[in-house]
Amino acid sequence: MKFTGYDLGPFHDEMFAAPGTPRDGARLLLEKIESLPPGELLRRQQKAEQTLYDLGITFTVYGHQEGTEKIFPFDVLPRVVEAQDWDKLEVGLKQRIYALNLFLVDIYGEQRILKDRVVPREIIETAEGYLPACLGVKAPHGIWCHITGTDLVRDEHGVFHVLEDNLRCPSGVSYVLANRQLMKRTLPEVFAASRVRPVDDYPARLLDLLLRMAPEGVTRPTVALLTPGIYNSAYYEHSFLALQTGIELVQGQDLVVRDRRVFMRTTKGLKQVDVIYRRLNDDFLDPLAFRPESLLGVPGIMDAWRAGNVSLANAPGTGVADDKVVYAFVPEIIRYYLGEEPFIPNVPTFLCWRDRDRAHVLENLETMVVKAANESGGYGMLVGPASDAAQREEFARRIQANPRNYIAQPALMLSRAPVIAGDRFEGRHVDLRPYILHGGDVQVIPGGLTRVALKRGSLVVNSSQGGGSKDTWVLKH
Amino acid sequence: MLSRVANAVYWMSRYLERAGNLARFVEVNWHLTLDLPGEGADAWRPLILASGDQNLFEERYGDCDAASVITFLCFDQDYPNSIASCLWAARENARAIREVIPYEMWEHLNVTYHMVRDAAKRPLDTVENPFDFCQEIKRRDFVLGGVAEDVMLHDEAWHFARMGRLLERCDKTSRILDVNCHRMLPDEGEHGPGFDSIHWSALLRATSALDAFRRCRGRISPAKVAEFLLLEHEFPRSVLHGLVHVQDSLQAVTGSRRGFFSHESERLLGQLCADLSYLTIQEIFDQGLHRFTDRLQTRMNAVDSHLGREFFGYLPEEPQTQVEQ
Repeated sequence: MKFTGYDLGPFHDEMFAAPGTPRDGARLLLEKIESLPPGELLRRQQKAEQTLYDLGITFTVYGHQEGTEKIFPFDVLPRVVEAQDWDKLEVGLKQRIYALNLFLVDIYGEQRILKDRVVPREIIETAEGYLPACLGVKAPHGIWCHITGTDLVRDEHGVFHVLEDNLRCPSGVSYVLANRQLMKRTLPEVFAASRVRPVDDYPARLLDLLLRMAPEGVTRPTVALLTPGIYNSAYYEHSFLALQTGIELVQGQDLVVRDRRVFMRTTKGLKQVDVIYRRLNDDFLDPLAFRPESLLGVPGIMDAWRAGNVSLANAPGTGVADDKVVYAFVPEIIRYYLGEEPFIPNVPTFLCWRDRDRAHVLENLETMVVKAANESGGYGMLVGPASDAAQREEFARRIQANPRNYIAQPALMLSRAPVIAGDRFEGRHVDLRPYILHGGDVQVIPGGLTRVALKRGSLVVNSSQGGGSKDTWVLKH
Repeated sequence: MLSRVANAVYWMSRYLERAGNLARFVEVNWHLTLDLPGEGADAWRPLILASGDQNLFEERYGDCDAASVITFLCFDQDYPNSIASCLWAARENARAIREVIPYEMWEHLNVTYHMVRDAAKRPLDTVENPFDFCQEIKRRDFVLGGVAEDVMLHDEAWHFARMGRLLERCDKTSRILDVNCHRMLPDEGEHGPGFDSIHWSALLRATSALDAFRRCRGRISPAKVAEFLLLEHEFPRSVLHGLVHVQDSLQAVTGSRRGFFSHESERLLGQLCADLSYLTIQEIFDQGLHRFTDRLQTRMNAVDSHLGREFFGYLPEEPQTQVEQ
C-alpha cells in the first residue's frame, strides 16, 4: 500500500510535513511500509486484530452469555513523536504535575491559594471532586496525585496544548503496553530499524512508586490494586497491571477494616494491606463516608487512610484538580506555586460561570466545544461545528440552568495521522495521553496512548465513542 | 491468598475438567452408536443419566435422540453444565483471576471459548459428526492442563486448581461407572450374560483409560475395569489416584503432616483415602457397585462443601455458589 494521493487537508499531519514529504522521524517508517508486498499491511492489520481477540483484550457488552465482545480498535501504523518534541513535553508535564500536587496539598491544608484569591473559593467548594473529608489530611510523603494521564492535542501549527488533566483513575496505560507488544509482532522489521524508546518498564516503575508510598515503619509493604470488578470496562487493565507488578488484585468484598487498619481476607485469615492503588472512584470508595448504597467499596477505608495506616494512590480528593473549571486556572496555579510560566499551554477556555464568558459562549455555540465540568469519556459534550440547532438550544438551556458546570473551548483543528481505511490511507484526528508517575520525583513514560477518531471527520477520540488507538513511538536522540 | 481467588481458581479448573469429560462422554457414545446401530433411540439415554440432570432434560427436550442429547450437553447455554456453559463459567472465573493464572492459560481458554461459541452457531454439524468438536475440546483441555503443570507457579493457587480439577474428575469417573454398570452388569460382579466387552471398552475410552488399562490389566472384565477406574494407584484418572493428590494439595495448603489434620475437609478426605486404599474390588462388589459409588459421591461432596467453608469464605448454610451468572 502506498501513500500516493494521501490528503493532508488543512491540518497538522503527524506523519507528513507536506504532501509526499514525510517528517524526518517518519521517513524510515514510510519506506518500510511502502516496501511491503501488496496486501501485506492489511493482512498484518487483520492478524493484529485477531490477536487482540484471542487475548481477550476486548470490551464486553454484557447480558448473560449473549454478550458481544469487541476489541478496542487498533491501527498498526504507529504515530511517531520526535525526540526534541518529546523533550519539551516532558519538561511541561513535570512542571504541571509538581504544581498540581502542591495545589492539592494546599487545598486540603492551609488553602493559601484561596486566601490569596488566585483561585476563587466558590469554584473549589462547588467542585464535585472536592472532598471536605480530606481537609487536614497529610498524604504520605506529601504526594496526592501519584498517577496521572494528561490529554494533549496539537493544533494546526503543530503546537501541543493540554486538553485536560486526569488525576482520579486515569486508564489506558495497559493499551500502551499491549499495543507495543503487538507492534513488535506485527511490524518487526520496521521496529528493528527505528530507534524507539521502550515503555515496558512502566509496571516496574509503578511498583517501585507504590512500595515507596508505604506508611512509615512498614518495611515489607503489602500492596494491592482495588478494582470495582470484572464488569468494569477497565477491568482488563486492572488485572493486567496486577499481573505485571505482582501485587494483589482485590475487590471491595475482599477487604475489611478493623481498628482503622485495612485487611484482606485470605485462605489463612486476615492479612494487613499497606498500600492500595485504587481504581475505584472517590464516591464509591467508602460507603461510610460517601455513597451509603454502594457495595463496591470498603466501609471504614477513609478512616484508615486518615489515620495514616494505609496509603491510597491516587489519594481521595484529587478530582478537585481535574474539574474542567479548575483546569482553566492551572496556568495561574503553576505561576503561583512554582513562579514559572507554563511550558505547555492550555486550550483557551471560557468559563460559563463568568457572565462575560457565558454571553460569548452562548453567541458562538456553533464554533465551540462545550463540556460539562465533571463528565468524561466524551459524554455531556457539545461539538458545536457538528451540532444541529436543537442540540445547541438544549445546551444553551443547560448552561443557563447551571453555568458553574460548563466550560467551552473553540473547536481546535486537531492534528491528524494516517490510518488504514479499507485499501488506502486516510487522515484521522488524534490526541495523546502520556502517563506520569509522581513518587517524589516525577517520571513521564516515553510515549503514551494515541487515540484516533476512527470516524472520518470526527473530533471525538474516546473509546466509548468509537475511537481506536495507535502505538506511540518516541524516538531516541 | 485471597479466599475469592482460591474459590475462582478452584471452580475454573472444575469447569474445565467438566467440559473435557463431557466431550469424552459424547465422543465415545457416538462411537458406540456406530458400532451397535441396533440399539436404537435409547443409546443416548445413559449420558443424560450420568449428567444427573435428567429432569431438566426431559422437561426441555423430551426424547433422548442424538440431536437433542448432543445439543443439550454441548451447546445449551441455559443448561449450566453444558460444554458451552462450562467454558463460559471457566472463563468468567479466569477473568476474575487473570493476575494469578499464566497468560498462556488465559489466551488458550479464551480461544477455546470462542471456538465453542462458533461451533454452537451450527449445532447440526456437531450432531452429525461430534468427533472433531470433541477431539478439539479434549486436546485444548490437555494443553490447559499442561500449562498449569509447566508454567503456573506451584503455589496455593495451583493447589486449589488441582483440587478442583481432580475432585471433578473423580466425581465424573464414578458417575460414568455407576450409570454404565446398570446396563452392563445386571448381576453386579457376575460374568453373566450382561458382560459386553464393547461397552466396557467404550467406558474405558470415555475416561481416557483404554490404552493404560490394556498395558497393565490385559483382558477386559467388569471387575478389572471397575478396579482400574476406582483403585488404580498408578492411573492419573482413577478415583483413588485423584483423591490422594487432592489430599497432597490440601496438606500443602494447610501445612498438616500426613496422618494429622487441622480442618474438617482434611479429616473427611483422609478417611476417604484410607478407606479406598485398603478396599478390594470384591468388597466393593459385595456392597454393590451402585451403592458404593453413590456413597463415594456423597463423601466427595462433603469434602467439597467443607473446602468452601474453610477456605473460600462460604457460610455454613450457604449453598455452593460457583460464579455469579
